[in-house]
Amino acid sequence: MANETDTPTGHGLADELGILPASESATGMPQLDFSTFPNQIFWLVIALIAIYLILSRVALPRIGGILADRQGTITNDIAAAEDLKAKAVEAEEKYNKALADARSEAQQIVAAAKAEMQVTLNDAIAKADAEIAAKSAESEKAIADIRAGALEAVQTVATDTAAEIVSALGGKADDSGIADAVTNRLKG
Amino acid sequence: MATEAHADAATEGSGLVFHPMDQFIIKPLFPAHMEVESVDAERSVGILSDGREVALSHDQVAQVASGGHVEVNLFEAGLQQISWFTPTNATAWLAVTVLAVVALLVLSTSKRAIVPSRMQSIAEMAYGFVYKMVEDVAGKDGVKYFPYIMTLFMFIVCANFLGLLPMSFTTTSHIAVTAVMAMAVFLTVTLLGFYKHGFGFLNIFWIAQAPLVLRPILALIEVISYFVRPVSHSIRLAGNMMAGHAVIKVFAAFAAIAAIAPFSIVAITAIYALEMLVSFIQAYVFAILTCVYLKDALHPHH
Repeated sequence: MANETDTPTGHGLADELGILPASESATGMPQLDFSTFPNQIFWLVIALIAIYLILSRVALPRIGGILADRQGTITNDIAAAEDLKAKAVEAEEKYNKALADARSEAQQIVAAAKAEMQVTLNDAIAKADAEIAAKSAESEKAIADIRAGALEAVQTVATDTAAEIVSALGGKADDSGIADAVTNRLKG
Repeated sequence: MATEAHADAATEGSGLVFHPMDQFIIKPLFPAHMEVESVDAERSVGILSDGREVALSHDQVAQVASGGHVEVNLFEAGLQQISWFTPTNATAWLAVTVLAVVALLVLSTSKRAIVPSRMQSIAEMAYGFVYKMVEDVAGKDGVKYFPYIMTLFMFIVCANFLGLLPMSFTTTSHIAVTAVMAMAVFLTVTLLGFYKHGFGFLNIFWIAQAPLVLRPILALIEVISYFVRPVSHSIRLAGNMMAGHAVIKVFAAFAAIAAIAPFSIVAITAIYALEMLVSFIQAYVFAILTCVYLKDALHPHH
């Protein structure tokens, strides 16, 4: 092996192993192989210019636009939401007002109905009272008539009875005398 | 260099082959091939039609000698130079990086959905992340330079992650790539500083808050640190990328020994996870340092 490495071409060892020397494997740092620099720099500059043009012409305006659009949409949505919230508050106020109105109206109706009923009731009571008064007056009159009738009957019965008793006792019944006596007796 | 080749050869016998740096070699995508016309069996060298010589294995020599055809890869034989426009593996992976950026930022946002899909969320997050970084670090007037910083960040982050794919090539592990970006940042920022503030830009070296005696010393330190910026800026990224990938390769080579293989696989997994973190962090660091340098150019007064 040592002999092989001393061959003038310097490829002896590589030949021995059946591999090609030179660029097949890196010797040292390929980064410091200055012969490849112009190539790398040339293609790098092209790549960077391509990326710059793509970004500045297409990608960045587009992404910036998307982000601005989204921001706009969010702002609009928030504004719309606030609008709707204000409307909801307004609607609630309206509802409360309507509710209060309805309540007061109902109370008014209840009061009116009560008053109406009171009037009707009073009328009915007055009517009933008058009727009752009339009926009781009639009854009293009837009672007075009956009482008067009864007194008369009592006097007649008493006179008749007295006349009978007198005649039964053998006396001579003096009608006017008996009538006076009965009348005096009835007077107490 | 020669000694390394010996070390490789020596370890090959035991089954352990360490080629951690092979992944960084720049190769042409379409290497030229040429047929060997004749051989010099004694030196085991093939002679091409244009008279150039190429080393051959014994098998190849025997094949040519017996009238067979042997094609050699001119690049691997060291006979093909990479010119400035040759499409190489670096070219291919730079192209893939550009496609990845397009897929991530353009295709994912094609629906322009108000409620984003997952991919669109990633694009929006990347946008928001870099935008906020530029705004926070460089200030409101730095937002003008947001597309440049976004370009650097997206390129580095995509290249770093693509480099983590098995068999891939990591463009950002090359100092040529990172140095170009770092120098571009350095020159832009310096020129911008002078353009905006004239000689007032030199105020960044003259720290008014420090005692007068210390100011010249501090100014010297500031000047040195200012010129070291592009160096540290580029080597930090390339070094991190290269080291991580090389370490993975070394662990992978140890897997050839069956007894060590389970440990090796666990180690590769762990390093891989670490490298994913590093890939992002290095892109972030590169971008945020660019913002810091930009801030210095826009507001040189401390």
